[in-house]
Amino acid sequence: MKIVVCVKQIQNPEIPAAQFRIDEEAKVLIPVSGLSPVLSPFDEQAVEAALRIRDRAGENSDIEITVVTIASKGARAAIKGALALGADNAVLLSEPTFDGSGGYVTARNLAETIRAIGDVDLILTGRQAADGDAGVVGLGIAEILDIPAITFACDVQTNEGVVTVKRVLQDGIETVEADLPALVTISNELGKVRHASMRETMRAAKKPVKEWMPEDIGLDEIQVSSKAMRYELERLYIPVNDIECEFIAGDTPAEIAATLAQHMRQANLI
Amino acid sequence: MTDNNNGVLVVVEVEDNQPIDLGLEMLALARRLTDSMGGSVTAVAFGTGLETIGEILIAYGADRVLINDNQIFANFHAEAWLPDLAKIVAEVAPTIVLIGHSESGTDLAPRLAFRLDVDVATGCESIDILNGRPHMTRSCFGGLAREVVTFSKSPALATIRSKSQQSLTPTTERSGAVEKLSSILDVNSIRTRVVSREQEKAAGGVKMENAKIVIGGGVGLGGPEGFKTLNEIAELVDGAVGASRAACDLDWCPRSYQIGLSGRTVAPELYLAVGISGASHHMAGCGNSKTIVSINSDPKAEIFKSSRFGIVGNSQEIMPALAEEIRKLKA
Repeated sequence: MKIVVCVKQIQNPEIPAAQFRIDEEAKVLIPVSGLSPVLSPFDEQAVEAALRIRDRAGENSDIEITVVTIASKGARAAIKGALALGADNAVLLSEPTFDGSGGYVTARNLAETIRAIGDVDLILTGRQAADGDAGVVGLGIAEILDIPAITFACDVQTNEGVVTVKRVLQDGIETVEADLPALVTISNELGKVRHASMRETMRAAKKPVKEWMPEDIGLDEIQVSSKAMRYELERLYIPVNDIECEFIAGDTPAEIAATLAQHMRQANLI
Repeated sequence: MTDNNNGVLVVVEVEDNQPIDLGLEMLALARRLTDSMGGSVTAVAFGTGLETIGEILIAYGADRVLINDNQIFANFHAEAWLPDLAKIVAEVAPTIVLIGHSESGTDLAPRLAFRLDVDVATGCESIDILNGRPHMTRSCFGGLAREVVTFSKSPALATIRSKSQQSLTPTTERSGAVEKLSSILDVNSIRTRVVSREQEKAAGGVKMENAKIVIGGGVGLGGPEGFKTLNEIAELVDGAVGASRAACDLDWCPRSYQIGLSGRTVAPELYLAVGISGASHHMAGCGNSKTIVSINSDPKAEIFKSSRFGIVGNSQEIMPALAEEIRKLKA
């Protein structure tokens, strides 16, 4: 069985807000210096979901896990990270050739890559990239490939050509199944991801990484580039926050709590 | 684009035969947009038992309501919704399609966009018409930044964040047309099968989205016991309890408590953030609250930057004391 996991590398989303900078003129993120890019956390969980499927299938399974990413040349953090976790091989679509962004171009690039890999049974993506927060690409890939898609998974199991997914709902869990091939987007409720072992990290360096060009996925240079984009970024900015925080102090917890309770009463909330 | 356009189509979600608040909020946005660019507001609702929904949606701002009342739409299923919805969008030919940024809407909107071969801006907080074109403002980078995007193809699809708009005061003076649709769905086209739905036990009391007071708990609570005190206080003040993603991931509380980018959105009168650091992805779910009061042991916690009142201290001591004080005030 072939599993493809689509991953994205981003600036570490856990940085303190004070370090986060935008170049409003160029409408781009200013990378925090000295900070290595990471695998987008939801994508990391998608890799984990694939590894759990392979673990359950056992040592001698025929499950092959391929990671696919679009990244700037030389920027291989996402791929290295996924291979070190245990993925078998990777396909890299490199900028500047693949410099188109947005849901439409990205989903088409990834969908055509998956078609070119051939005979893929299961495609996993994060529920959204932790930088764009759009949650569009995964569903877009499924629409382009005309296969079923199941979103917000916290558990994914495969059995005899069927994928069974537990989906996270606001007030519960829904179990959904579909025949393969299918696409599943993974949510943070999947739970803890494994750490890369020393052994896998050393092996990762020797795992095959193919770098593909537009013709390898049946598209031309215009189609994969920013020229094919159908959206325009008009503005990118950090919202201003003009709230002044008034601190409530007191000598004992009871005193502080009393002041807070009084404030709540004054606001007619008690 | 300002002339001869067909306005805004609003996809209104239904719960217990009633439109959800987010649907009504989007109607207000649609009205504002059509005031600015012309055209009319069409609302569409899928579900069962929708006899009265037409009048309600007109009272809240729709000019025309399309109703797809059918047993197959009793529960949301993206694949079931898509063929009918794609057909409706093609027929109405709106300039903008608004869909709720809800559990269902986020599952539906991207699929609809690709099926219609147009683009979608998810998690929008506002839309403005500039030079005749819709400019969508949405949150990105986990809530740290905002981006404004425009699309080259029409219609522009957008999912709208809950509580980012205010619904209009309903009035029976408004008039409009209500039309019933019949579904074109071929059930054989549905490829994902729902095996089961397990409802998590409701927290009891007020629904988080409707509560005047929401108390959010985070890792600073120190453990699952901390949530007991929060629930106690919530009960005293008719409030609801929520949580940060970190607390949910630690299994200290039901995952249905999660407030934030990938959880629920609340905008109560008072959001009491207890032991929550204030990561931007959490603030994305509570930033529109009228007043935020936060309790954190770290005086440098990010949450204080969004708070009207702050308390630097140990929440495990302060919360039981607060419960006690409220009991006294109520006595």
